[in-house]
Amino acid sequence: MTLMERMTMTDQPLLRVEGLTKRYGQRIGCADVSFDLYPGEVLGIVGESGSGKSTLLSCLAGHQRPDLGRIAYDGRDVLEMSETERRRLSRTDWAYVHQNPRDGLRMGVSAGGNVGERLMAVGARHYGEIRGKAADWLGRVEIAADRIDDRPSAFSGGMQQRLQIARNLVTGPRLVFMDEPTGGLDVSVQARLLDLLRGLVRDLGLSVIIVTHDLAVVRLLAHRLMVMKSGRVVEQGLTDQVLDDPQHAYTQLLVSSVLQV
Amino acid sequence: MTDQAYNFAYLDEQTKRMIRRAILKGIAVPGYQVPFASREMPMPYGWGTGGVQVTAACLVPEDRLKVIDQGADDTTNAVSIRRFFQRTAGVATTEATAEATVIQTRHRIPETPLKAGQILVYQVPIPEPLRFLEPRETETRKMHELEEYGLMHVKLYEDIARHGQIATSYAYPVKVEGRYVMDPSPIPKFDNPKLGNSPAIQLFGAGREQRIYALPPFTEVVSLDFDDHPFTASKAPHDCDLCGATDSYLDEVITDDTGGRMFVCSDTDFCAGRRAKGHRGRLSGEGVAPSPHPSPTRREGCARHESVAQGAGTEGAA
Repeated sequence: MTLMERMTMTDQPLLRVEGLTKRYGQRIGCADVSFDLYPGEVLGIVGESGSGKSTLLSCLAGHQRPDLGRIAYDGRDVLEMSETERRRLSRTDWAYVHQNPRDGLRMGVSAGGNVGERLMAVGARHYGEIRGKAADWLGRVEIAADRIDDRPSAFSGGMQQRLQIARNLVTGPRLVFMDEPTGGLDVSVQARLLDLLRGLVRDLGLSVIIVTHDLAVVRLLAHRLMVMKSGRVVEQGLTDQVLDDPQHAYTQLLVSSVLQV
Repeated sequence: MTDQAYNFAYLDEQTKRMIRRAILKGIAVPGYQVPFASREMPMPYGWGTGGVQVTAACLVPEDRLKVIDQGADDTTNAVSIRRFFQRTAGVATTEATAEATVIQTRHRIPETPLKAGQILVYQVPIPEPLRFLEPRETETRKMHELEEYGLMHVKLYEDIARHGQIATSYAYPVKVEGRYVMDPSPIPKFDNPKLGNSPAIQLFGAGREQRIYALPPFTEVVSLDFDDHPFTASKAPHDCDLCGATDSYLDEVITDDTGGRMFVCSDTDFCAGRRAKGHRGRLSGEGVAPSPHPSPTRREGCARHESVAQGAGTEGAA
């Protein structure tokens, strides 16, 4: 039995979202979104630009406060938590991978320092151990060990994205939010990154919410899929089921819009 | 010789009252940066406007004031501030650390241990220790509020990764009473151990940045470090060439253009006091009477050295 299978057997959802609504004045950011995320599960959220997927993700990750609804993480109400608690959660149990690695990295700090920051934030005070862990994680995301003291600005886009992933996963989070992690990368680099992500998710038993407009990414990574349009969820189900047999007109349009090579 | 055109110590009473309230709050919450309505002072920012306002709010006519700049009593900054208070407050002044009741300092803590009843006022250029790591003021305030100080160690980590040791040699961050991380102003890290458990009151004033913070007497102050790279209070590995002191912070003075140099105490009062007691260093001949004040050449060379070593120059003080 793999770790993932063991973890998916638990019947308590890790994240339970009920009726989440966020408005920007009169406009709807996202409306009435509900879902459960179980440990070890990867949930894909797809939809066109402006469909509310990024709003939803930032509400879930605590970057914005939703107007209505409830978010429970591991049985605890996230919106009721004090800010101290929520921020502690977001640097230990949670991780957030930005679309643009420059948003998620400290560009003036070396790769090792970037990976070590979360460790130091939770109280690591032994230089040798921090550096050892950073080197280990750079290896796991296929960054050569001799680049540990280089700044991210000297890295390629793909390496920056992998560094951002290492920096996020070093404290062993259980829930990872990803906002278009492969956006802006060329296809061969994308493929390697997806491969890496799939391996890490499987090995570490991570729960992931991944927002993307790229159906190939969710086909590879996601177990379940939510399709959003105009701030609302129009269809959800198992990834293969939704992509192979789309029911909602918008999903059908989305699936048929993918270029075939 | 008080100039009657000014209120005592230049500032009006309501302003001094406002500053005293900020000082009291700072003392009640050690290490916390209290905002205050900093006034325009008759000197440029970077010349100690914060320290001068704090000193003005603390002074009473019975006080005896000492002003030091990089350890010296006779450099421009020290001389002009001392004369400013002589003129506007008419208080007595001194160069002897032990006799002073209020000491305004730029970038040094005197070598002579401070005692109860003394107030040490620091001039602070940038009060926010996290400033160069996180440029947003809203964010740094939040980090202080939530005690998120991991970033401070990222800076130290970078030092070790790049230089093999913690290369931060001045303005070395400290944690106060296990709570606030504080910038001790650009004092050399040699002086950091003197911050903690001092019987004197230590006040920090940043004029341009409009912040006051404080260390009440006998406060616990810990310099940040790593378990395997502990904090060390470093100084040049020499003895003073004038007074022979082995344990004081030294300035390196370039004496000619062929590589000649000497090391002398940065604290002029301490050095002169030792020489008056008959202590001799490598370059002070046995027969030569010690001069009470260092020669002008010495200060000149000293200033040159410091601006090279710190890369800070005068922008260091506020």
